[in-house]
Amino acid sequence: MATPIESAGELARADERYARPEFPASQAPLVGSTPDAHVSSVPPVVERVYRHRLPVLISHWLNVPILVILIMSGLQIFNAHPALYWGDRSDRERALLAIRSLHTETGEVKGVTTVLGVELDTTGVLGYSDGSRRAFPAWATIPSAKWLAMGRQWHLLFAWLFVINGVLFFCYALFSRHVTRDLVPTGRDLRAVGRTIGDHLRLRHPGGDDAKRYNVLQQLAYLVVLFGMAPVIVLTGLAMSPTIDAALPWLPTVFGGRQGARTIHFLACFSFVGFIVIHVIEVIFTGLINNLRSMITGWFVVKHEVSRHEA
Amino acid sequence: MKHRPIMTRRRLLKGALGGASLAVLAGCDNVTRNSWLSRLLQNTERLTGAVQRAVVPASALAKEYGESDISAVFPANGNTDPGTADYAAKAENGFAGWNLLIDGLVTTPMLISPAAIKEMPARTQITRHDCVEGWSAIGKWTGVPLGDLMHKVQPLLNARYAVFHCADVDDEGVPYYESIAIADCYHPQTILAYELNGRSLDVPHGAPLRLRFERQLGYKQAKYIERIELVESLSGIAGGKGGYWEDQGYEWYAGI
Repeated sequence: MATPIESAGELARADERYARPEFPASQAPLVGSTPDAHVSSVPPVVERVYRHRLPVLISHWLNVPILVILIMSGLQIFNAHPALYWGDRSDRERALLAIRSLHTETGEVKGVTTVLGVELDTTGVLGYSDGSRRAFPAWATIPSAKWLAMGRQWHLLFAWLFVINGVLFFCYALFSRHVTRDLVPTGRDLRAVGRTIGDHLRLRHPGGDDAKRYNVLQQLAYLVVLFGMAPVIVLTGLAMSPTIDAALPWLPTVFGGRQGARTIHFLACFSFVGFIVIHVIEVIFTGLINNLRSMITGWFVVKHEVSRHEA
Repeated sequence: MKHRPIMTRRRLLKGALGGASLAVLAGCDNVTRNSWLSRLLQNTERLTGAVQRAVVPASALAKEYGESDISAVFPANGNTDPGTADYAAKAENGFAGWNLLIDGLVTTPMLISPAAIKEMPARTQITRHDCVEGWSAIGKWTGVPLGDLMHKVQPLLNARYAVFHCADVDDEGVPYYESIAIADCYHPQTILAYELNGRSLDVPHGAPLRLRFERQLGYKQAKYIERIELVESLSGIAGGKGGYWEDQGYEWYAGI
């Protein structure tokens, strides 16, 4: 969070980037701006920005339970045959990934995960956990007990909700120009990718007017989710349906066969898990309260260092 | 001048959100009382089935593969042997004493042996079997189109489902059965199969007769069929859900 600058010496040490000499007049702070303020003893000007519109808020919060339930019921379904393949057939000896349990010579049970021929001991998490021989542990599945039929019921109901919510959001985002206005990076955004990655890795996040809009990594992440991961996870889900495959035989072919589609569905699922983890970490590091407020009420607070660019 | 409220988009959406959250709260209150969620979960298949039937032409064929695509090992799932003395005796005898009964809501019930079925025009198809567990296997099936048998018995107008009664029972003695819609009996790929990969069906794969109902999941493919009963409603049969697996909570509509 930004703090007022106490002395000219400190100002000189301040990062050049935040000086923003090219700052356009039209984007200047609107509230309490004092153009000829002195460098010392000027508090940051607080600006409230209506950052997220209502359809975005609704769609976002609906996705929280929907994604959690889809992921956990999906792992329940995966547990019924915990192996992944390429092509149309599931030839056991050609699995790309397989999770199983086995008895060691000493009579203990071990969880073993084989990924592309590499065997890993995953006892306690994958293959064998809490005294139970199962691929994903009970805490990660819905329902927690082994129950494929119920897992499928949860998964297919929430798949419908995910698709309906997604289609409504997609239409809104296109027609309201949310995509073109907020999500598509400008040339200048794209040239800043390297620098933005460095800033993120050092947990240094944009302040002032830069915080009012998505940075280039956010833009790219949201575009990948909206136009990549979400359509892929829905289409690979449909490609596992034998009825849909009869109507659209090219669909499973596009994803490397029905078993290929199942593998991509699984990878897309863990892309969502990765996205959610990074998303939540960023929300915490860039001001948990402010971010949560903006995602509930729409209003986001931006603090401006009014004195900086006059130095 | 009268002040008229202006319905802005935001106000409309806010109203909708308020209404939705009230509905959710009311729903949560009801969940313990009448378990609306469990009914919703059980009824999702109706939406899925209706939409899939609307977008997939009834005549669409499941993909048929080449000989080189056939799985080296076609897993036998579920019951792999009915295990009864009667079945064992018939199997010993090459199923000479086996008779398939087709009855219920039909004009002319019939009793037909596997040998007589093998003399009818056959269909061979190399198709992919998709198990509800997630695995897939490709096999070459030969059998008689079920539609040809339907033409012989002539279903009555009120017949809505074909129920397949099987010779096997589970560990607790509950008999296996399965059912499909009458319209699906006439799909060209719906066959009563007696051969797998060019050889007579073996016991693990459902000898002497098993259903191939392509376009739906593996648990619909009933094995050891001894009777096909045409009915108007599934509610009077066993658990009432239309099949052994359906009575355990699996969807009757197994298109996904």
